[in-house]
Amino acid sequence: MKRTVPMIIAATTGFVLIMSHFIPLSEEWGSKAMQWFNVLAAIAFVLGGSNLMRMNLQKISDRRPGWGYAAVTLIAFLVTLSVGLLKVGVQPTSSFPTNAWAAPYNQEGSSLWWLYEYLYKPLASTMFALLAFFIASAAFRAFRAKNPEAIALLSTAFIVLMGRTYVGGLMRDILPRGMEWLSFDSMTNYIMGVFNLAGMRAITIGIALGVASTSLKVLLGVDRSYLGSGDD
Amino acid sequence: MEREKLFWTALMLLGGLFLAGRAAMVGNGRVYVQAETIAETDAGPVVHHRGVPPSQRSEANVSLSWPRTIGLWVAAFCTLGIMSFVLGDNPFYKLMESIFVGVSAAYLMVAGFWDELVQNLFKSIVPGLMRNSFLPGLEEGLQPDLTYLAPLLMSIMMLWRLAPKGAWIARWPLAFFIGATAGFRLVSYLESDFVQQINNTILPLIVYTADESFDVWGSLRNSLVVVGVLLGLVYFFFSVPHRGVVGGLARGGVWLLMITFGASFGYTVMGRIALLADRLQFLFDDWLWLIDPTMQRMGM
Repeated sequence: MKRTVPMIIAATTGFVLIMSHFIPLSEEWGSKAMQWFNVLAAIAFVLGGSNLMRMNLQKISDRRPGWGYAAVTLIAFLVTLSVGLLKVGVQPTSSFPTNAWAAPYNQEGSSLWWLYEYLYKPLASTMFALLAFFIASAAFRAFRAKNPEAIALLSTAFIVLMGRTYVGGLMRDILPRGMEWLSFDSMTNYIMGVFNLAGMRAITIGIALGVASTSLKVLLGVDRSYLGSGDD
Repeated sequence: MEREKLFWTALMLLGGLFLAGRAAMVGNGRVYVQAETIAETDAGPVVHHRGVPPSQRSEANVSLSWPRTIGLWVAAFCTLGIMSFVLGDNPFYKLMESIFVGVSAAYLMVAGFWDELVQNLFKSIVPGLMRNSFLPGLEEGLQPDLTYLAPLLMSIMMLWRLAPKGAWIARWPLAFFIGATAGFRLVSYLESDFVQQINNTILPLIVYTADESFDVWGSLRNSLVVVGVLLGLVYFFFSVPHRGVVGGLARGGVWLLMITFGASFGYTVMGRIALLADRLQFLFDDWLWLIDPTMQRMGM
């Protein structure tokens, strides 16, 4: 009951989705399964949010180091959730001018839009931007031109980096006529269009085969790791 | 340590004074909105506000928006807070990180609620109620689709994971989730990433131009792509030991993969640099008004 039923559910759902791709009669089942999947994905966010709340509340009640930050996380979470679910600051649209509930939750000017635009967006994009520093510093420490393959990696990275900057195009004016292909931007285009394309294609084909075999293992019940190891 | 603290405090004070002075003299970091009446109701007009460039501040219906101005300053401090991590872990960064975790988790929950639970689940189970509340555009007389009771039941089972006992109940919806992902991915990956990639690799090795003359670069390019894909695949083929001819071909695959990783690295770094440039533009253009690449403040 605890392990067999989930296996049957996983296999049935998976094979229905595969069948729906090939048999037009079962197409409707496939689209319904995908809609159910989307509902469960939304519920998974509720589960994640609840876990976040539980963990942070625990941290605050135990007065563990950094509990103040846990309180900030909790406040930010609850404020965003409340203004989003209650559609605070949302104005009615011209289609339904008397019903503000019908307007989009992320309408320009609403409180959730404010939180997204002035908190989430700058924080998220700056965090990703910071990775530029960390990738560069990690590369500086880890990359060593110890053998020809490592030199190939480093030189390619250097050419692509330069080719995507203003300097890449500037070289074109300096190089003699007929030698423009030696400019960084031309070499970058060639590397991206030939070597990178071939390499990524080989990797993509490998990934597709890996995904297909892993999926089959799950559907046939060979891989049961998602059921966990305990009895409960 | 004390000298270091003093240095940073002085630097912060100077920065704060500069910002206050500049905001008082230049008026930077202000956001203007234009009011637009979109409908007239019994309760009064429904007015929407749209952000406009500061150069339009003297136009009709344009006014200073305090919530958005405060928001802009908050966004600037958030950007600086995250950037402060370059100097090492610090309370300002930790504060911003905590806010980010809370806001992003809640935002995803809100989006999931309105986009999926209301638009998909509740609309199907209680269409009448949804029509009278959140979805007035729903067609009249829509019958409830009781098949959606299954995902509702699975949702409750999934949330059972939060209960102290009976966590195994959550395995059933999880199994549905895993099965659906496996079934969907199996077909889509085989179709788009396997068959389609092979299809795209079958290229003519001898290329002619439009005037039927031999295209050296085109032929070389196609040959390199075909040979490169084959070399890469040989490297990933572990059923045969990488010795002799296979070993030589696999070695070629290693070279190709090294070039690929180098290119991907360079490309990723430049992508992040572009994001950084965008943040710097936000600080210097939208907030401090030190540059104006998009001519937002022309004539001011």
